[in-house]
Amino acid sequence: MAEAGYAFIDIAVLLVKIALVLGVNLLLLALMTLAERRVAGFMQDRYGPNRVGPEGLFQPIADGVKFLFKEDVIPSHVEKVLYILAPSLVLAPALLTFAVIPFGGTLSAFGREIQLQIANLNVGLLYIFALASLTVYGLVLGGWASNSKYPLLGGLRSSAQMISYEISMGLSVIGVLMIAGSLRLNDVVAQQNTLLFGVLPNWNVFLQPLGFLIFLIAAFAETNRLPFDLPEAEPELVGGYHTEYSSMKFAMFFMGEYVALITSSALITTLYFGGWDFPYVDESALGVWGVVLSVLAFSVKTGFFLFLYLWVRWTLPRFRFDQLMNLGWKVMLPLALLNVVLTGIVMYWVV
Amino acid sequence: MVTVLFAIFAIIAIASAVLVVAHKNPVYSAIFLIITFFCVAGFFFLLGAQFLGIVQIIVYAGAIMVLFLFVIMLLNLRREVRLPIGRPFQVVFGIAFVAVLVVQILFVIYQGFVSRPLPEGPTVPASLGSVEALGQALFTRYLFPFEVASVLLLAGIIGAIILGRKKLPKEF
Amino acid sequence: MVAEMFPILLLLVVVMAMVAGMFVMTHMLGPRRPGDIKLSPYESGMEPVGEPRTRFSIRFYIIAMLFVLFDIEVVFFYPWAVVYKKLLSQGAFILIEMLVFIGLLFVGYMYAWKRGALEWE
Repeated sequence: MAEAGYAFIDIAVLLVKIALVLGVNLLLLALMTLAERRVAGFMQDRYGPNRVGPEGLFQPIADGVKFLFKEDVIPSHVEKVLYILAPSLVLAPALLTFAVIPFGGTLSAFGREIQLQIANLNVGLLYIFALASLTVYGLVLGGWASNSKYPLLGGLRSSAQMISYEISMGLSVIGVLMIAGSLRLNDVVAQQNTLLFGVLPNWNVFLQPLGFLIFLIAAFAETNRLPFDLPEAEPELVGGYHTEYSSMKFAMFFMGEYVALITSSALITTLYFGGWDFPYVDESALGVWGVVLSVLAFSVKTGFFLFLYLWVRWTLPRFRFDQLMNLGWKVMLPLALLNVVLTGIVMYWVV
Repeated sequence: MVTVLFAIFAIIAIASAVLVVAHKNPVYSAIFLIITFFCVAGFFFLLGAQFLGIVQIIVYAGAIMVLFLFVIMLLNLRREVRLPIGRPFQVVFGIAFVAVLVVQILFVIYQGFVSRPLPEGPTVPASLGSVEALGQALFTRYLFPFEVASVLLLAGIIGAIILGRKKLPKEF
Repeated sequence: MVAEMFPILLLLVVVMAMVAGMFVMTHMLGPRRPGDIKLSPYESGMEPVGEPRTRFSIRFYIIAMLFVLFDIEVVFFYPWAVVYKKLLSQGAFILIEMLVFIGLLFVGYMYAWKRGALEWE
């Protein structure tokens, strides 16, 4: 019945899209590890790694090879199965989340309309939240399975942090969903593809400034980035939940973190900055070039937020754990609720 | 394909549900319970109820099981010691009970499958399980249950805090 | 509906294969030189003392409980947000019923705050 709709060509197109998304994600991830250090160098008035290849461009490859050839130490005191499972529980959900984000307009080829998105789900945004909520297991199990003091504390702290900010994050997007009237991210983008008062692009950041701010802060906390990187607070926890990890398993925690970074940048773009919308231009009238333009617009916006992550990391100091929990529960949560109420009342007036 | 997927989910669900009870380490039991919840979410997806499926993952796998894991770690449960099997009459009673249950299930399967074919279910529109349809029903027809649910959750919050307030020796 | 989920299934298979491949590769490529000290818990060079899994603060447990409850509340918001615009044309009841819901939620929230459940240290 329903599954009969898949012809060979559809599956081929789907596989190409999957390869493209995963490939670009991994490439960006590699570039981010380099950019992190180069930007840090720039901001602290020193060089970052610049020896391997032009401007250190091949450094990520060297790092990757090194991770692969490092000894795969499995300490004798760990719970072996969970110890191995934990890093994959961080990386795999992170790689899956990008599936529902539309990264461009609709392409017409092979006599069909191809949406530049892996899956257009009815529950769209919730799919991302559901997968993001699973990352907690990677951290808490990694900490527990290590059977060592620092990792256990780090894992508990980071999971407590993640669940605290998940609520604010979930509430902050309600305003956007009310405006779009759909959970499909395509609809969210399409709704922003117009002009506000005939001047501004109709991006949600202008309609939902408070919601955007809460979402941005929650996204930083969810990805465990500074100023919320307590789980990795080196001076107090020696690195946190991944203290007992080595070689590729250690790298997988970080890969998961960087992929989550990329996905959340793309999600911020999609929810609040018009997604692939290039302002003042009707992409659908331009044919193939419109699609190219839309992908470009999406990439530039996502790139900006990736840079913002680096920028903030080297600008703001770290929170203390009690400050972080207070911010999440006593400031962000009531503000997010207020945002829902305000949006509801304003929409009642306007409609 | 739907039948095949259903069979796969069903087998994994039953196997991991058995392991939840059978595994000695409570943390592993919790992991198997999470897998079971995922399979249940899979059933919802197969039935076209995407929203319920995703909520199953968010609430059960993503929230309640985190609480379970925290509790297991809070109590610092280790490998449980296998208790000696109880008195003989308990064993006899247990086996008899299981036998009755098995016969009952076999009878139901026989009734439903072998003796007469399954009746054709009513055709439902494909969009029935969508968020839109669910919201439409929840906030108009089932408005009262929705508001009652919020009272229930309020009771839950108060209960959680009262339970948590009990003074425990602080070690960290 | 099942067709809508099919791409996710395919992606899941690809990602799982990829992650498994990474495990196998690093396991095969890396050297293996185990040692007693290398395989012991890391404690900044000190001898590990006592149980690694001590009991920890009950606050983590309270936070997790509150998270479950608030998470369920948030889940109710999603279908509401999706149908809000449509039902608003039929009157203000959709707004009022959510205001009642938020009001009750807020009572619970304030109770948690006043009883110190949100306090950390």
